[in-house]
Amino acid sequence: MKVIGSPLGERDIRSLKLGEQVLFNGDMITGRDEMHIRALSLARGGGDVPREILGSVLFHCGPIMRRSGEGWEVVAAGPTTSSRMDSLEPEMISRFGIRAIIGKGGMSREVSEAMAATGCVYLAATGGAAVSLAEGIKKVTGVEWEDLGMAEAMWKLKAERFGPLTVAMDSSGGSLYENVRLSLRR
Amino acid sequence: MIKMPESTEDVVVKLLRLANTKLPADVGWALEAAAGWESDPTAYSQLGAIMDNSRKAEFLGRPMCQDTGLPVFYVRGKFDSSLAGEISRGLARATQEIPLRPNTVDPITRENHGDNLGGGMPIIHYKPTDDPFTEISVLPKGAGSENMTRLGMLDPAEGVEGVKRFAVDAVLDAGGRPCPPGIVGIGIGGTSDLCVAMAKEALLRPVDVPNEDPALDRLEQDIFVALNSSGLGPMGLGGSTTVLGVRIRSAYCHTASLPVAVNISCWATRRATARITAEGVEYHQGAAP
Repeated sequence: MKVIGSPLGERDIRSLKLGEQVLFNGDMITGRDEMHIRALSLARGGGDVPREILGSVLFHCGPIMRRSGEGWEVVAAGPTTSSRMDSLEPEMISRFGIRAIIGKGGMSREVSEAMAATGCVYLAATGGAAVSLAEGIKKVTGVEWEDLGMAEAMWKLKAERFGPLTVAMDSSGGSLYENVRLSLRR
Repeated sequence: MIKMPESTEDVVVKLLRLANTKLPADVGWALEAAAGWESDPTAYSQLGAIMDNSRKAEFLGRPMCQDTGLPVFYVRGKFDSSLAGEISRGLARATQEIPLRPNTVDPITRENHGDNLGGGMPIIHYKPTDDPFTEISVLPKGAGSENMTRLGMLDPAEGVEGVKRFAVDAVLDAGGRPCPPGIVGIGIGGTSDLCVAMAKEALLRPVDVPNEDPALDRLEQDIFVALNSSGLGPMGLGGSTTVLGVRIRSAYCHTASLPVAVNISCWATRRATARITAEGVEYHQGAAP
């Protein structure tokens, strides 16, 4: 299986084909509803956001974490439903140059257009495969905005052979979800 | 209340651990069978990842999904007013010990106290009976699937076809969001509130136990076939496994109403039951009747 690693450049992203399966190595951050809201409201007000957001691989995930000595251990970390962030993601992509989103269930046409404009892909992780996916996270390198709670905080993670991930929305407007939806037999 | 061989709080911690770390046998077998039919490579890889994950969760004693959900409790038999407090304490302890993800927040301020409690939590449905036991079942339900819940107050003229169409549309419109393939719980009849409660409670019946009502059994099979012929597939990425089962509960309703509710569960349909008698506690995952 193809392995991709951070930092991901626009060319790396644009070379990924719809339906292709990949594994990911390197740095990623988690972010859900509250993290999106906070990052955007800080940026709109001219404030600073943690630098890890810029050009990031953003994992839609609210993990279960356990204290381990000075740091944290990942107990379970599968993807959350990405469509909840549909209204916030286009601005996240254009402001922060997010290169890849890892989630489940797919995202809207507007997100797909924002992805195509700057070069970003949507990688589908298997929903609920939280124990297997946690095995691909080798280290928790930090946490921001812990006041948002365990699920909503922004966790900074180091991944190794994280996946398998399916390229479900590519950087030229293609979407497996849309293809499936259009051919559904009702 | 039955004299307890161990505290109800301990029983609740064990129940939550069992439900979250071990997939019920009927769900596991349904996934295995589905993987045998799948010819679509993406679908097959999704089912493979799911089964692989379930085995690891059981072996490591970890929650199979990071969304350990909101647990809904169903209590049956003999019990008294101390039970709610015992269940709450058990849930708060399980949140620390297993651990479960602290999921409950104030709906307006979004404040999270970290213990899975809070106003109205946990949800407990009570059914007092004269049976010589206390039975507690738990159904932890994640939000990805719960958010796809639909209630329709249909016109009676829409009939069974209307019910079927409503259920199929609810599942297909949800797409990959509720982590298919799961189980579709459907409530038919009652009032709006009873209908939604029945749709969820229907998920307690294992997929290998047929509906006792022949008409509902046929309807379950019809909807099952319609959904699995749709092409939605595991995680909404295409394939021939969209649901593992369809479970219906019904009640009489007003002559002017035809309520239908759909409560989808994800592939990780988690449930566990403890039957407490004076002799001991029996645990199983085949749910209550």
